[in-house]
Amino acid sequence: MFSKEEIIETIRMILVEHLNVRAVTLGISLLDCVSDDFDTMRDRIERKISEVAEGFVEEAKAVEGKYGIPIVNKRIAVTPASALLGPAIRGIPDEGAIELAVGLARAFEEGARRVGVDFIGGYGALVQKGCTRADSILMRSIPKALSSTERVCSCVNIASTKAGINVDAARAMGEIVLETARATADRNGIGCCKLAAFANAPEDNPFMAGAYHGLGEPESVINVGISGPAVIRAAVEQSRGEDFRVLAERIKRTAFKITRVGELVGREMAKRLGVRFGIVDLSLAPTPEAGESIADIIEAMGIESCGAPGSTAALALLTDAVKKGGAMATSFVGGLSGAFIPVSEDAGMRDALGAGSLSLEKLEAMTSVCSVGLDMIAIPGDTPPETISAIIMDGMAIGVVNDKPIGVRLIPVPGKGAGEVVEFGGLFGSAIVMPVSRFSSSGFVERGGQIPPPISSLRG
Amino acid sequence: MSTDRAVVTVMGRDRVGIVAGISGELAEVNANILDLASTKMGDLFVMTILIDISEMGVSLAELKERLQRRGEALGVQAMVQHEDVFRYMHRI
Repeated sequence: MFSKEEIIETIRMILVEHLNVRAVTLGISLLDCVSDDFDTMRDRIERKISEVAEGFVEEAKAVEGKYGIPIVNKRIAVTPASALLGPAIRGIPDEGAIELAVGLARAFEEGARRVGVDFIGGYGALVQKGCTRADSILMRSIPKALSSTERVCSCVNIASTKAGINVDAARAMGEIVLETARATADRNGIGCCKLAAFANAPEDNPFMAGAYHGLGEPESVINVGISGPAVIRAAVEQSRGEDFRVLAERIKRTAFKITRVGELVGREMAKRLGVRFGIVDLSLAPTPEAGESIADIIEAMGIESCGAPGSTAALALLTDAVKKGGAMATSFVGGLSGAFIPVSEDAGMRDALGAGSLSLEKLEAMTSVCSVGLDMIAIPGDTPPETISAIIMDGMAIGVVNDKPIGVRLIPVPGKGAGEVVEFGGLFGSAIVMPVSRFSSSGFVERGGQIPPPISSLRG
Repeated sequence: MSTDRAVVTVMGRDRVGIVAGISGELAEVNANILDLASTKMGDLFVMTILIDISEMGVSLAELKERLQRRGEALGVQAMVQHEDVFRYMHRI
């Protein structure tokens, strides 16, 4: 039997501190759906997603009931779309090929709709060292694909520690982000909430918008993203007045417990669906709900408002302690595994922005010690594409040099300027538009080509 | 290793009939009580019950609903979770 303290601790985490599993993501390979006839491929994709994911949402609900742990998001990740597209667009002129790519996004949407999941990731490409024709076509199709679907998420990996940074792709992404915002201007550029540029994108990331089912993955797999900012914050608050050794230890112990729940849910889901259990992503994921905030944890450590000096050190300690505690709790760690600091999705981050303690530059510094990068940041709609590309390149540089995954998800909100408030709704939350540098980076971005990989990549 | 045991947790203002009400519900569905502990935390009455669900006549989901209903009638919060969630979190 468990002690009543143990039972009450668990119940308190669930009822008071909103402990939940943030995402259970079913990865599905679509490689066997490829055909040089587009309609055949589309039918195969829609059928395969609905067959493999049949019962996915229902089983997740049953697991929630069994353990009394909410699973917030049930999602699907598929093979990067550009790896599927090639044969179907051979010999077809660009405009027609782009339309077929958009048709692929619609097939993903239809598959996701049939099984009742809210997001499907994988409408992307891996172009860190250069683009195939299918990659280029797919990237050009992103604005239309994301504006004509609701559930499809797109991730383009444009840099890696081994390859360096594909500056041509970064340059293209500046335009693609702006076009996607314009194509969804009636909803504050919400299309960009579903679009991320990545460096070192993990093949088993369960979190959107970066989730895709990598080419090294098995036929299908269950990956789990944990949560628990409010549980960690409560632990930090208990350590008021204690030094950092004690604080780090407390976070580690708490992270272990949170991660065990993810491990349990992942194993059970995989067993029920008859697929392999992949990884647990040790990321603390915030939500716009009160208390579910990484900024709140940083502030509970003794920082007046997130972004004030010390915030980077606080985030570094948090990320490291979560990893150390979590690594003991699961058989396989994967995904992004760090703290997320998505500005619009974290009420504390938004408050810090409102208070004036948080700037884009401080966020950039903080991304060097967590994983997700510059995430869900609203910027003025008239930001030049070269500036967006250059912000993306700065993010990529941090990921490449530090040999870690990093994503950049910017929303240039059409018609809005710095300081204005925008609503995205639901999990995406609301944001205050952040000012960006008025100085130009166009001469830098327009050089194009490839930034070579760092010397640290020549290992082994 | 998974088990066929679950933990019932009851929390609320103390009153006559909570133990009888909840254990009666468990008896009705043939869930055997393996261990039971109760305590007062300030004004709050807290009871934890380890039950064997291998011979239970209903699903865990149905027991959860029944306990919720009975708990509401008694003015307490009653929930049930498979034992594994506590085992995973508190035992290595």
